[in-house]
Amino acid sequence: MKQHKSKSQGLAYKRLPRRALILGGLQAAFVGGLAARMRFMQVDQADEYRLLAEENRINIRLIPPTRGRIYDRNGQIIGQNSQSYRIVIVREDAGDIDKVIAKLSDLIPLTQDEIERAKAEMRRSAPFLPVTLADQVTWEDISKVAVNAPALPGVTPEVGMAREYPRYEDFAHVVGYVGPVSDYDLSQIEDPEPVLRIPRFQIGKVGLEAKQEISLRGKAGAKRVEVNATGRVMRELDRQEGETGADLQLSVDADLQQYAQARLAGESAAAVVIDCETGDIRAISSAPSFDPNLFVRGISVADYRTLTQDKYRPLANKTVQGTYPPGSTFKMVTALAALEAGVIGPGNTVYCPGHLKVGSRRFHCWKRGGHGTVDLGLSLKRSCDVYYYDVALRTGIDNISEMARKLGLGVRHDIPMSAVAAGLAPNQEWKRRVHGEEWLVGDTANASIGQGFMLASPLQLAVMTARIATGRAVSPRLVRSVDGVEQPTGAGEPLEINPYNLDQIRKAMFSVSNDRRGTAYRSRIIEDEFRMAGKTGTSQVRNITKAERAAGVIRNEDLPWERRDHALFVSFAPYDNPKYAIAVVVEHGGGGSKAAAPVARDIMLQALYNGTPPLDAYPVADRERIKEQQKRLEGDRRPKARPDEKDRA
Amino acid sequence: MSYLEYAVKSTPSGFRKFLYMNWPLTLLLISTASAGFLMLYSVAGGSWLPWAEPQMERFGLGLTVMFIIALVPIWFWRNMSVVAYLGSIALLIFVELFGTIGMGAQRWIDLGFMRLQPSEVMKVTLVMLLAAYYDWLPSYKTSRPLWVVIPVILILVPTFMVLRQPDLGTSILLLAAGGGLMFLAGVHWAYFAAVIAAVVGLIATVFNSRGTEWQLLKDYQFRRIDTFLDPSTDPLGAGYHITQSKIALGSGGWNGRGFMQGTQSRLNFLPEKHTDFIFTTLAEEFGFVGGITLLTLYGLILIFCLVTALSTKDRFSSLVTLGIALNFFLFFAVNMSMVMGLAPVVGVPLPMVSYGGSAMLVLMAAFGIVQSAHIHRPR
Repeated sequence: MKQHKSKSQGLAYKRLPRRALILGGLQAAFVGGLAARMRFMQVDQADEYRLLAEENRINIRLIPPTRGRIYDRNGQIIGQNSQSYRIVIVREDAGDIDKVIAKLSDLIPLTQDEIERAKAEMRRSAPFLPVTLADQVTWEDISKVAVNAPALPGVTPEVGMAREYPRYEDFAHVVGYVGPVSDYDLSQIEDPEPVLRIPRFQIGKVGLEAKQEISLRGKAGAKRVEVNATGRVMRELDRQEGETGADLQLSVDADLQQYAQARLAGESAAAVVIDCETGDIRAISSAPSFDPNLFVRGISVADYRTLTQDKYRPLANKTVQGTYPPGSTFKMVTALAALEAGVIGPGNTVYCPGHLKVGSRRFHCWKRGGHGTVDLGLSLKRSCDVYYYDVALRTGIDNISEMARKLGLGVRHDIPMSAVAAGLAPNQEWKRRVHGEEWLVGDTANASIGQGFMLASPLQLAVMTARIATGRAVSPRLVRSVDGVEQPTGAGEPLEINPYNLDQIRKAMFSVSNDRRGTAYRSRIIEDEFRMAGKTGTSQVRNITKAERAAGVIRNEDLPWERRDHALFVSFAPYDNPKYAIAVVVEHGGGGSKAAAPVARDIMLQALYNGTPPLDAYPVADRERIKEQQKRLEGDRRPKARPDEKDRA
Repeated sequence: MSYLEYAVKSTPSGFRKFLYMNWPLTLLLISTASAGFLMLYSVAGGSWLPWAEPQMERFGLGLTVMFIIALVPIWFWRNMSVVAYLGSIALLIFVELFGTIGMGAQRWIDLGFMRLQPSEVMKVTLVMLLAAYYDWLPSYKTSRPLWVVIPVILILVPTFMVLRQPDLGTSILLLAAGGGLMFLAGVHWAYFAAVIAAVVGLIATVFNSRGTEWQLLKDYQFRRIDTFLDPSTDPLGAGYHITQSKIALGSGGWNGRGFMQGTQSRLNFLPEKHTDFIFTTLAEEFGFVGGITLLTLYGLILIFCLVTALSTKDRFSSLVTLGIALNFFLFFAVNMSMVMGLAPVVGVPLPMVSYGGSAMLVLMAAFGIVQSAHIHRPR
C-alpha cells in the first residue's frame, strides 16, 4: 500500500532524475570551467606566474664595496678604512627592548638621541633585522658588552669599516671627508646607484673624496638570497663580489704638507708648492684646519659651531677657494705683457716721483718719496708702483688680461678639490658685461699692480710662478696615479712668450730675493745651489683716503686684524734650474716681505732638502731664530701622528 | 514509511553488507584523503607533524564512522532526520552561547580530542531533514506555497544562526544546498526564477543607488563590498592572499615544481596553506596534471553519488545522496574558485584534503549515509 503510494507519487517523483541530471550537468559545467581556468593559469600564463614567484622568492642584497684608499706620493696613508665597532640590537631576540637598552646604557654611554633613533628604526623594520644602536664604539665599551652578553639578549657587537684619516688636520681641505648619504645627496644625483640606498652608506662629501667619489667608491657586489614572505633570509643562492674602489695616490708629499701646515699655524693663511717639471702639487695647505675624522663620526653641534664661528674660517679651503687681490705679485704679468707688446725694452725707464696722475685721480706709489728713475729690473726689485701704472696704461688692459690668463690667472684649474675658484683677470669686455660700465684708465692702473678687480687664488699664483719659471704651461696635478695607473703630468707645452722676455722677469725676481735692496732679501736662501727668485706682494683690503695719506699711512700693526693688508709671496727655486714654485698668502698678515716671504722660504727649503734643511742654507743672522723655530715645529708636529702610525710611516 | 515497504529479503544483512557497499566511492575517498596527507606532509616541510599524522588518525576515525553509519539501514537515518536537525540547532545555540572564538568568529565546541563545528554538522542534517520532508510530503503538494514556505524556514533558521557567528561562507553553502535540494525535490521552477530575479533585482538596486541621494548603503560598506568582490584593489591587505595564491598556482605550470619544491608554500607566501589554500600548494608542486587529477577524483565522487541516487527507488535515499553530493560539490567548487581568484575569499576548506577535523568527520559521516543508501537500496 505504502509502496504503491510511493510509486504513485507521480509528477515530483518523475522529476527527480531529470532535475538531478540538470543539476549534475550544471556541476559538470562548473568543474569544466574550473579545469579551463586551471589550464589558463598553469599552462598559458605559467611563465608569467613563474616569474612573479621568483621575484617573490629572490631578493638581491647589495654588498657594499670597500672604499679605495688614499696615499701620498711616497705611499703614506692619508685616507683608509679601519675597523670600527658598533652595537646592534635584534628586536625579536631582545624581548623587552626598553629593559635591555636601559641595562646597556648602564654599561656604555648612550645618548638619548641614539636610543630614540634606534627605537624608531626598530618600529619600522622587521623584527629579525639588526638595528644599529651605537656606532664608532670604543674597544673598551665593546669588551664590556661582550662580557655582559648573557644579560643583554639580542645585543651584539659588530665590526664594520669606517673611514679614517690618520693625518688629521693636514689633509682636511685636500681630501675632505665622507659621511652617510643624505636625502639631499640622493636628490642631487640622477638615477642614483642602488648601493647609495644602503642605510649609513658613506660617500665623499667634500674635497677629493667627493670629486673622485666614483673611482673611490668601487662597485657594489650582490648576493641573491632566498627570502620568505616576511623578508627573512633563508639561504644564499649565489654571490657576485663587488670591486674595491680605486686607490688614489696624490702628488702631495705628506711630510711637506705636514710641515707647511705646522709652519702656517697661528695664521689664517695658505701655501701651495708646485713641482715645476710635472705640475705636481707637493703641498697645498690652508690654515687653520680641522680634523676630518670629526665629520666622519658625525660632528657635534658644539664642535661645528666652534668651527663656523672662528674668524680665521678653518672650514674654508683658502688655497683654491680663497681669492685675493694678488697685489705686487701681479707685476710680473704686467711687465711681461708690456714686454710682449713691445711697449718697453730693457733700457726703457720711467721716472717715479711717488705718484702718477691718471685721468683726474692721483695714483700713489707705496713709497712716498718715489723711486726716481726706474727700469724693469729695479721696478720689480723695489716693487715700484708708478712704473707699472705708466707701463700698463701704454700696454692696455686687454693685453694684460690676456697675459694673466696665459699664466694661469683668471682661469679655473682642473683639480679634484671642492669649490675651485676661477679668480678674475678682467678686461674691458668683462666690465661692460658684468658691471655695464666702460673700463676706465684708473681701472687699468689698479689692475697693473694687482688691485682693483684682479683676484687670484694661492693655487693660481703658484701656477703663475711655475709658468714664469719654466716658460711652459704647467698645470697643477693632484692625483698622481689611480690604482697604480699614472695620470698625465701637468708639464705643459711651451708658452708663446719670448724666452728672452721671460728671462728678464726671472732675473728681476732673482734680484728681489738676492739683492741687498730687494724686498725679500731678508728671506733669501744662501745655499748657492738653491738660490730662490721671488716677488713680494701686499694687497690692500681697504682704500686709503686722502686724509689718511696726509696724516701719514697707518702702520698695519695698528689696524684691527680684519683691516690689515694681505701678505703675499711667490717664488721659485733653484733659480738656475727651477724645481719648485710656491705661493704663500697670509690673510691680513701685513707686508708680504715680512709675513709671507719667510714662510715661503722655510717651506721651499723643506721641499728642496726633502726634510729639515741644514742651518747653512739660512742667512747667518737668522740661524739662531730658525733653529728655535725648527725645534718648536718638530714639537708641534710630533703629537699629531699616533704612535702606531709613526711606525707604519 | 516503515522498512516494510522495502523488499527486505533482497537487502544484504550482516557482514555481507560490506560486499554491497559502494567500494569505488570508498576507494575514491581514500585516494582523495591520501592526496591530502601528502600535501600536509609537504607543507609541513617534509614532516608528518603537525598536520599529516593527526589528519590520518582522523581519517581513520572518519572511515570507521562511515562504515558504522553505512551498516545501519537507511530508513533509520530517515527517521532520525528531525532529531538530527534539532540536535544541530541545539549545537548552534550552544556554540552561540559558549563557543570558542577562533579567527574572530564563534564556531567551535571544544570536545577535547577535536573541535566540533556545529555549522558543518548542520550542512548534513539540513539535507537529511529536507530529504525526509520531501519523502513524506505527497507529491502534489510539493509546489504549494505553504509547503514551500516550510522548507524555506527550515533552511533560513540555521543559515541566520551561522551568519551570526559570523561565517558567511558556510551560510551561503547552507542556503545553496537547501535550495538545491528543493530544486531536486521538484519544487516548481517558477519559485526559483522568482527568488533569483528578486535577489538580482535587490543587488542591482543596491549598487545602482550608489552615488545617488537614496543610497542604500554607507560609502564604507560599498568599499568593503568592492574589496570583497575584487581583492586586487587592496593588494597588500585582502588581496595579498589571493595574489600570492594565484602566483603559486600559476607558477606550477604543466608538471609542477616537484613534490616539496613549491617555493610559494615553502617560503610562507601562502596564507592558510594547510587549510583553505592547500589546493594552491598541490597545484604548485604537481602542476596542471596534479590539479586536474584531484578535480577528476572529485568529479568521479560526484558521478558515483549520482549513479547511487538514480539507481535507488527510495526517494529519501535519492534526495539525501544528491544533497550530500551537492554539498560536496559546493565545498570544492567554492574553495577552488576562491584560490583561483574567481570568487571572493570566504573560509571554505577543500573537502577531504584540507587539514581540519570536524569537516572531514562530518563528510565521512555523510558518505556513510550515502553508503547506507547504496547498501539498503530496494532491489
